[in-house]
Formats: sequence, structure tokens, C-alpha cells
Amino acid sequence: PHPSHFSPGDEDFQENHERQKHKGKRRNGERPKNKRENQRRQRSSKSVQGIREESQSTTERRERRRRRRGKEGEDEEEVNNDGEVRPELLSPEELEKLKEAVDEKKKLIQSLRGKPWPMKQKLVSLRESQLFVEKYEGALGKGKGRKLYAYKVMMTKKWKKFQRDFENFKTACIPWEMKIKEIESHFGSSVASYFIFLRWMYGINMILFGLTFGLVMVPEALMGRPYGSIPRKTVPRAEEAGAMDFAVLWDFGGYAQYSVLFYGYYNNQRAIGWFKFRMPLSYFLVGVGTVAYSYMVVIRTMARNANESGVGDDNSFNFSWKMFTSWDYLIGNPETADNKFASITTSFKEAILEEQESRKDDNIHLTRFLRVLANFLVLCCLAGSGYLIYFVVRRSQKFALDGLENHTWWERNEVNMVMSLLGMFCPMLFDVISALENYHPRVALQWQLGRIFALFLGNLYTFIIALMDAINLKRKEEKVVKYNITMWEASLYNGTGPENSTGPPVTIHPADVPRGPCWETMVGQEFVRLIISDTMTTYITLLIGDFLRAVLVRFLNHCWCWDLEAGFPSYSEFDVSGNVLGLIFNQGMIWMGAFYAPCLPALNLLRLHVSMYLQCWAVMCCNVPQERVFKASGSNNFYMAMLLVILFLSTLPAIYTIVTIPPSFDCGPFSGKNRMFDVIQETLESDFPAWFSKVFSYASNPGLVLPFILLMVLAIYYLQSTSKSYREANVELKNKLQMVTQRLDNFVLLTSYGSDFILNA
Amino acid sequence: MGTTASQLPKESLSEYQELTFLTKQEILLAHRRFTELLEGDERNHPNPRVPMDAILTLTELKSNPFKKRICQVFSTSENRDGSLTFEDFLDLLSAFSDSATLEIKSHYAFRIFDFDDDGTLDYGDLEKLVNCLTGETADTRLSSEEMRQLISNILDESDIDKDGTVNLSEFQHVISRSPDFVSSFKIVL
Repeated sequence: PHPSHFSPGDEDFQENHERQKHKGKRRNGERPKNKRENQRRQRSSKSVQGIREESQSTTERRERRRRRRGKEGEDEEEVNNDGEVRPELLSPEELEKLKEAVDEKKKLIQSLRGKPWPMKQKLVSLRESQLFVEKYEGALGKGKGRKLYAYKVMMTKKWKKFQRDFENFKTACIPWEMKIKEIESHFGSSVASYFIFLRWMYGINMILFGLTFGLVMVPEALMGRPYGSIPRKTVPRAEEAGAMDFAVLWDFGGYAQYSVLFYGYYNNQRAIGWFKFRMPLSYFLVGVGTVAYSYMVVIRTMARNANESGVGDDNSFNFSWKMFTSWDYLIGNPETADNKFASITTSFKEAILEEQESRKDDNIHLTRFLRVLANFLVLCCLAGSGYLIYFVVRRSQKFALDGLENHTWWERNEVNMVMSLLGMFCPMLFDVISALENYHPRVALQWQLGRIFALFLGNLYTFIIALMDAINLKRKEEKVVKYNITMWEASLYNGTGPENSTGPPVTIHPADVPRGPCWETMVGQEFVRLIISDTMTTYITLLIGDFLRAVLVRFLNHCWCWDLEAGFPSYSEFDVSGNVLGLIFNQGMIWMGAFYAPCLPALNLLRLHVSMYLQCWAVMCCNVPQERVFKASGSNNFYMAMLLVILFLSTLPAIYTIVTIPPSFDCGPFSGKNRMFDVIQETLESDFPAWFSKVFSYASNPGLVLPFILLMVLAIYYLQSTSKSYREANVELKNKLQMVTQRLDNFVLLTSYGSDFILNA
Repeated sequence: MGTTASQLPKESLSEYQELTFLTKQEILLAHRRFTELLEGDERNHPNPRVPMDAILTLTELKSNPFKKRICQVFSTSENRDGSLTFEDFLDLLSAFSDSATLEIKSHYAFRIFDFDDDGTLDYGDLEKLVNCLTGETADTRLSSEEMRQLISNILDESDIDKDGTVNLSEFQHVISRSPDFVSSFKIVL
């Protein structure tokens, strides 16, 4: 009897059932009883095959034994009544076959979870396969090298168990799983995708934090010279008075500036501590390592996403996908479900209309004109914001020359505030302008994202250019200070005696030594301030824009003329794309500044942690599910691609400064060197054996590097052309398939109406 | 095989881990949620079976338009009433879990959409599917003209051998190209 819950399409089971019916009596003298017959019907086909193989080999063996019996006069049956095999009497090929059978069984066990069978059937198959494997695996080990084999088997089992426990442990360790699940059930997967992205970023920042904290900050703090021992580690006498003020600390001056948080504190001693930790080398390598790690992670995630989503066949299955994949099974909230129903219905109706209507582009000229106008306005906006930032930065430089105490709080923090405010208001402006363009909502969203991206990028680069100006200023100042120091040192020794006398060395307190302007610390400070102000702006916008608005709508609704909840302003929706962009740009700033301020990854970690809780609360408390739900799907790789671009663009300025600008002479781990990367050269020369540096110098020879680059370019070209040809082959095959089915149809038509058709033609 | 009074024996646990895509914690959580659905006296039954109405009270399934079909597909009961044993429940969660493969998800999705259980998706199945997706109220349903248009578009796209129905391999072909399917076909307790 065919179990009723198997659909006739379940070919696996049918085949197996057929084979069962034709199975003869295999075992020696065993007559299948009724109950065992029923049990056997449920066995998987592979298991039958395995036993068949096993019994095949036993019958072969029996034949061979009978032939040999005449010769050697052996009487014993090697296969006893239970069908047990004694492998010490098997020839190597039979042993091989048995091993293969055992391996097949193991593969079957692995593949069981992917089979669409009910649990009962899977359990039976599993137990049987496990029995088989145990029986014969143990037996296999009885030949030569049995101890090694048994050991190997035991280790594999232990390893599998360890792997499984580790997987369980890993999933238990994933933070915020319950929170995200709750959000998914209320808002669907697109909003939840933002939080999953946030969590992924948190993971990356955790690693970056580990690197910078463990290999840079901790060694210097524990093993380097303590605070106050050398000039670079001490607050200058002039600033000492206000060094502990909260305002100064909030601005990352005072004691915060002269600590492991910033570049300037680090000593350039080549090796510190009792086990000779190479501090400058470590600093440089950690800087390079954070970038390399980030590249690796982003590219690996992109590759994985690309594999999963398959070839981007966007439009050929439009309706089918809407039908089969539009429902989000994670939704557990009736209100969200209703929204989803409405949005699915709308999308069906729209899609049907679009398909039906011939594209009546009335007024195409008007539309085109409006779109050009909109783009022009956007460009004006971008140019305006770029100029504003430049202007503000120049003004702040002027303020800095005057001395910061003479200005109000606004004037001191002008740059950061302007950048944050621009980042807040310009996207709204773009939204309004895009109403002119009359695009399909999905296309409009892409344009909006592109424009916001350009805005942030422009702002960031203007900021960097302004920063470069500041750096050049500081370097000029440094020359002046160097000159002054030589004069000052000369004046010190004047008091003790004539030029060449070796008088007692004058002890100067480190706080009194004149200091060079440390441009690297300044850069680090600027980035830290920018990130803090950005964070504050985001949180305040969240509180005001979402929370306050929700409170007002909720409580003022009773005493207001129109329905606040249904009309304007109503509750806000969660802006997925805006938030994702904000996250990506923040990460870009971290990457840019992490070399000069090792505290940045730690700061970002804290910030992401707080963001997660704050935004989870805000979403559940103040937001409503989106009316039009856009799939976050293909956007996944879109956001990754943006992240990659930002990563590349953020590391460029840092690399430029490292390669071209000489480090400050009296602060940081590279002070005294000509260029920061000289530390690598020095390490190679002094710490590695002589042949190593020779090999390295050969490898960095342009004659070797250029052909290598050429080879890589050729490889890329080759891979690109093969991928293109595969894609074309794919399309051709699809067409062929359509043609063949068409021909088949026609053939059927012809033969069934054969004579009539010919007669009437 | 069956579950004893609110405790899952260790070897069953390891077997279930081997046979499903769920982790140990997920299986234990599923067991807890499942026993919560049972009446008091049924908990001591060796292999309890929960009726469909009780399963449909789970929050994860409550708002799902396909909840009844899901229960029927995963149910192993003789009288096809959609009741689930614990093992059926595990099968359900495994197919809908995050780490399940595309093949198994598409296989079960096909069976869920096949309302009349005949092994193919024909016009009637697709019509019922659309009605499920557009909700219960009258104003959100599609008119019959729109329905006809929609279903003919779908058959144009997916029906490769042009026999008027979508069979399992055509369905899996369509689904394998979709970027959303794996992430939306998920239920997590």
C-alpha cells in the first residue's frame, strides 16, 4: 500500500517501491515474515543497493570459494548464517567495495536532512544506515593497520560531534537574535535587514577593535614609558590648568589628547618591554591589517551574496515571482499581514496594468524636461553644500588662528554642525525635487540613494581637502618650532658654561619643553569630533523626528481639528535606505581616521551597541509598518557595493598622507623617520636574516612587479570573457528549449489533426 | 521516536539534529512550544498529536495565509486532518529554517501551493493561490478578468512545456532564479 501522503511526483520513493517488489530472498535462508516485509518497504533504495552489493560480493566470494575448494580442500563457509563477513579472508577488491559501500552509507546519512521525506522514514533510514556503518566499519578495521583505522574512525566521529557542538554554540552566541526576530515579525524582512546589517557591522568593528586595542593601545599603555616621562606624553605647561575640564575633555583635548587614544602619545622606541615588542612596526601593521581585513570581509560577503542570488534575470519571471515569493513568512503580526496583503494586491494590479497598456507616453517631452530640470536642481544643491562646507572650514581655520577662546560654542563646532545638518536636510530636499521626475517608485528610490551617496561623498571629500590645508599649515608651524627649539636649547646650555664643556645635564620637566604641532593628532581629533557630532545628530533626530512626533500625534489627536494619525503627520515609517547609508558613511569615517586615532574602533563599537538598542526601541515604539514594501533583496549587493566603494575611497586619503607627508618630529611612533613606511625597511634590515631582505629587494624590483600586474590584468580579462560566453550560452540554451517545445507542440498538433489539416490547407 | 512526558531523550535529540537543519537549542525550543499546545492529559501520551486548530494558534502561523495548507502538507495523519506530531512539527521547522537548502524549500513550497494535491499547479490551484495572497476582504480581491490575465501571464513565464500546468521541475527552475525566495520562505520560533 502506497502511503497516501506521498505525492505521485515523489520519484525517489516510487523507484524504491518498485525495487522492493522485485526483491528476492537475499539473505541466507531467511524467509521474510509479514512484519519485516512492511518494514523493508520503507527502506531507502540506497540501503537496498548497499545490501545488494554486500550480498553480491558474498555470492561472488562463495563462487570463488567453491572453485578453490577443490584445490585447497577448505570446508568452512566464510559467510555464516547472519551474513556477517570476515574481512581478513577478503581479497583487496572486495575490501574496497565494502569500503565504498560504507562510504556511500555515510554520504546518505549526511544527505538525509535535505530529503523531503517525513521524519519517520528518515529515522528508519538513518538507523539502518548507522547500523550498517557500525557493523562494517568495525569489521573493516580488523585487517592490517587496524589500530590506525579504528583511531581514524574515532577521531572523525569526535570531530563531527565537536563541529556540531561548535555550530550550536556559535548560533547561541549571536547577539540580539530575539530582538531582530520580533522586529521581523512586526515589520517584515526589509526593516529587519537593516538591523542584520547593523549587527554584521558590529562584528567587523569588534575585530577592528580587538586589533587596535590588543596590539596597539594595550602594549603602549602597559609596557611603554608612563605618562609624564617624556615631553610627548605630558600635557604642556600652558594647557595644564584646563586639562581636566569637562569641556576640554569633550573636545578631546587636555588629558584625553595626551593618552593612548591618539597618535601623538606613542613613543618611537623600536622595542619596548621585556619581550621586545616592536611598537612602531605593530602600529603600522595594525593600520594596514585593519584595511586588509575589511576588504577581505566585504568582498567575501559580496561573493556569497552574488552566488545566492544567481544570475540577475530581473524581468523574465516578474509575475511568477510576485506570485510565489512575495509573501513574507516571518510576519507574525495581523496588522503587518494586512499591510502586506494590500501591498501585494496593489503590486499585482499595477503589474497587470503595465503589461496590458501599450506605453502611451503622452507628453514625453514634458517628462524629459522635468527630469533634466530636477537633475540640474540637484547638482546645484550638491555644489552649494560643497561650497558651504569649504567656506565654513576656512572660517574655522581663521578662528583657530585667533585663538579658540574668543568664540562661541557654535563658532567652534561650526564645521561638524554644518556637515551634520546638511546630511539631515538635503535628502529631504532631494525627495521633494524627485516629485518632479515621475519615476516608478523603485527607480525613484535608486535615484534618491545615488544622490544621497553623492552628497555624503562630496561633503566628506571637501572636509578632507580642508583638513589637508590644515595639515600644511601645521607643517609650516613645525619648521618654525624646530628652529625655536634649537634656540631654546642653546640658551639652556649658555647658563652652565662655554660651548664644549660637558656640564651637568640640565633637567627640564617634560611639561616645559616646547612642543611641535602634532598634525597627526589633530587629524585624529577632527575625525573623532566629527563622528561624535554625527552620532549626536542622529540620536537627536531620532528622538525628535520619531519619538516626539509619535507622542504628539498620539496625545494631541483628541483635541485637533483633523485626524493626526491618518493624515499629516501621522506616525513615521522606518527609513531603511537612509539609515543604511548613514551606517555605511560612518564606517567610512572610521576607516579614514583609525590610523591616526586608535580609539576610533572602540568608539564606534560603543556607538553601534547603543544604536542597536535605541533604534530597536524606537522602531517598535514609534514606527508603523511600511505601506509600500520594497524588497531589500537585490539591494543587498547594492549596499555591499557601496560599502566597498566607501572603503576604497576612505583608505585613499590615509594612504596618501602616509606615503607623501613626513611624520612629525616629536610625536608618534614614527617620529624621526623620513616617511612612515620606513619602519618596514628598518625591520627588514635589522630583524630578519640577510637573505630575506635580498629576496624582498628582488621582489620589489619594478622589472618583476610590472609583468606581475600585467599577468593579473590578463587573467581578469580572460575570466570576464569566459563569464560573458557562459551567459550567452545560457540564453541560447533557453531559446533552444523554447524552440524544441514549440516544435513538439506543432508536431503533436500535426499528427493528431493530420489528414484534416492537409485536406483543408 | 515519541516524546516522553515533557523531556526529550538524548539520543532522539542527536538523531533529530542529524536529520534536520535545526540546532539543539531550536529543537528544544520547538519541543517546549509543542508541549505547550497539548492538553494536560495528552502530555503523557508517547506520541502526541496536536490538532490543526491548536497549531494555528501559534503566533508564527496565525497571520499566514497558507497556514492550513502548511499543516496539511506536513501532517502524517491517516485521515488528512492536518494534525501534527512532534516529528511533523520538526519537519516543518526544518524546511522553513534559515539553513535549509533551496531544493527542500522549493519542494515544500510546491506542495503547499498545490491545493488539490495532484502534483501540478493548474489553473484552479493558481487561482486559489492568488485569492489567498490578496486577502479575505472583498475589496482587495482581483476581478475575474484581472485574475485570468494574471494567471495567463504566469503560465507564459513558468510553463516551459506549455501543458497548461506548472510541474515541480518548472517551479523549481523559476524559484531558483528568485533572489527573495530563500529569505522570505522562513519561519523561526
